[in-house]
Amino acid sequence: MRSFGYTRPDSAQAAVAAFAAAGEGARYIAGGTTLYDLMKLDIERPAHLIDVTAIRGLDAIETGGDRLRFGALAPMSEVATNRTVLRDYPVLAESLAKAASQQLRNMATVGGNLFQRTRCLYFRNGAGGTSAGTTYPCNKREPGSGCAAIGGLDRGQAVLGQSASCTAVSPGDWPIALVALDAYVEILGAAGTRSLPVAELYRLPGNTPHLEFTLAPDEIVTAIVVPKTRAGRRSAYHKIRDRESYAFALASAAVALDMDNDTVRQARIALGGVATRPWRATAAEAALAGQRLTPDTAAAAGRAALTGAVPGRHNGFKIDLAQRTVADALLIAAKRTTA
Amino acid sequence: MNEEEGGAPAGVTRRTAIGGTVAVGSALLLLDAERVEATVQSSPPPRAGATLAIRPIVNGRAAPVTIDPRTSLLDLLRERLGLTGAKKGCDHGQCGACTVHVDGRRVASCLTLAAKTDGREVTTIEGLAEGDALHPMQQAFIDHDALQCGYCTPGQIMAAVACVREGNATDRPTIREYMSGNICRCGAYAGIVAAIEDVAKKGRRV
Repeated sequence: MRSFGYTRPDSAQAAVAAFAAAGEGARYIAGGTTLYDLMKLDIERPAHLIDVTAIRGLDAIETGGDRLRFGALAPMSEVATNRTVLRDYPVLAESLAKAASQQLRNMATVGGNLFQRTRCLYFRNGAGGTSAGTTYPCNKREPGSGCAAIGGLDRGQAVLGQSASCTAVSPGDWPIALVALDAYVEILGAAGTRSLPVAELYRLPGNTPHLEFTLAPDEIVTAIVVPKTRAGRRSAYHKIRDRESYAFALASAAVALDMDNDTVRQARIALGGVATRPWRATAAEAALAGQRLTPDTAAAAGRAALTGAVPGRHNGFKIDLAQRTVADALLIAAKRTTA
Repeated sequence: MNEEEGGAPAGVTRRTAIGGTVAVGSALLLLDAERVEATVQSSPPPRAGATLAIRPIVNGRAAPVTIDPRTSLLDLLRERLGLTGAKKGCDHGQCGACTVHVDGRRVASCLTLAAKTDGREVTTIEGLAEGDALHPMQQAFIDHDALQCGYCTPGQIMAAVACVREGNATDRPTIREYMSGNICRCGAYAGIVAAIEDVAKKGRRV
């Protein structure tokens, strides 16, 4: 691992100031479960780390009023077990509980989790890994070097949102649930504060897959805000993995339903595990609006959710799997009581 | 295997021999800690290559040490403090062999920057027993034959203790889910789950 300077400021303002003072190669670090991991692989190479975890008051979980507000430094494990979240927004609790292990959920923050980087095997094949000397080209890791996943071992790659430069899957679970619920983030940077929908944090790979986020380098997320919705109680995060626990999604669906008896007033659907960024399935939502929810209409919504999907060599199964995942998620959510 | 095996002089175990060497190394490095700390504080922000003085509380005792910021908590424990119970399996947070508690929460020490533990309580497998009395979870692992080679065991036990304390040892499926971050290549899972269930059912303070 390359050498770096290290600073641990105790306020968000001091962190932004430290970032500016540190100059080129500065990065913020929270739990470190992605960044430190990738530094060991020589994929991330920060010259300076600004550790934000000593900032006070940035880990509060607020559930009163007309929104949920999660301080960016709240650990995943804390939000996953918050009583209000468990009861009123199971999609949020499940997206966290089904991610990583309890050890990592204790370390990782709900703010940092938004910036988790892809698990694409070719991307993670950095010079610091165990197969050093045989690194494959990757446009995300080394811009312009090519993409070995395309035409390669692409079983885990995306079927939605990919480009000729990159097919890496956006790995998160929590961002999928947040996108389904129209959550937004509060941001602090040298230029001041702003807010942004979580959905707009993520770029499509296009010709610049190394640029994944829309946040400016000096900006930090200070809070995640979820507008309250009565669809929250009829929500679910359904995640299909190679093993039953502690694995990334092959396909996942975050759904929330506003129902009038058996009829769907409004459905919110987002996909994980199959796309290059958190994927809101608006066509599937439209297909369900005003319909009775039945196994047939749920299956039709699943098919609509994968509109435009393009398989590679080994990942065609993901299209069928994701369609069924969406359908199952809808039926699971619909059974949940709103009382 | 008995630790005295392998030709070590009577009374000197492999572990104490390694621990002694490490302790000497730490003492030498501590001598220049104050000088380095003064340098760091007088010229912020610290540049790459600058060392860092931290003071974690490890198993109840302050452990002031000067580190390279790249140091993981796992390497600090094993290489500098002579606490070799936590194991390096994958070094990428995927296997759980390095599990320790920081401020009472279980974490993967391999993915924890040691710098983050300044002023915090770190508990390792070495800090679990009370003198010669095994911790109930250690005894349960023996009683239920919850290991073969033992490499993952310190991490399993630290995760298991946390699992019970968190209230996640309510039934077998829940135990399995909340222990899924700890991999056992020998496949001692049945015994591990039984040991945790046993401790939780007996309602023993862990």
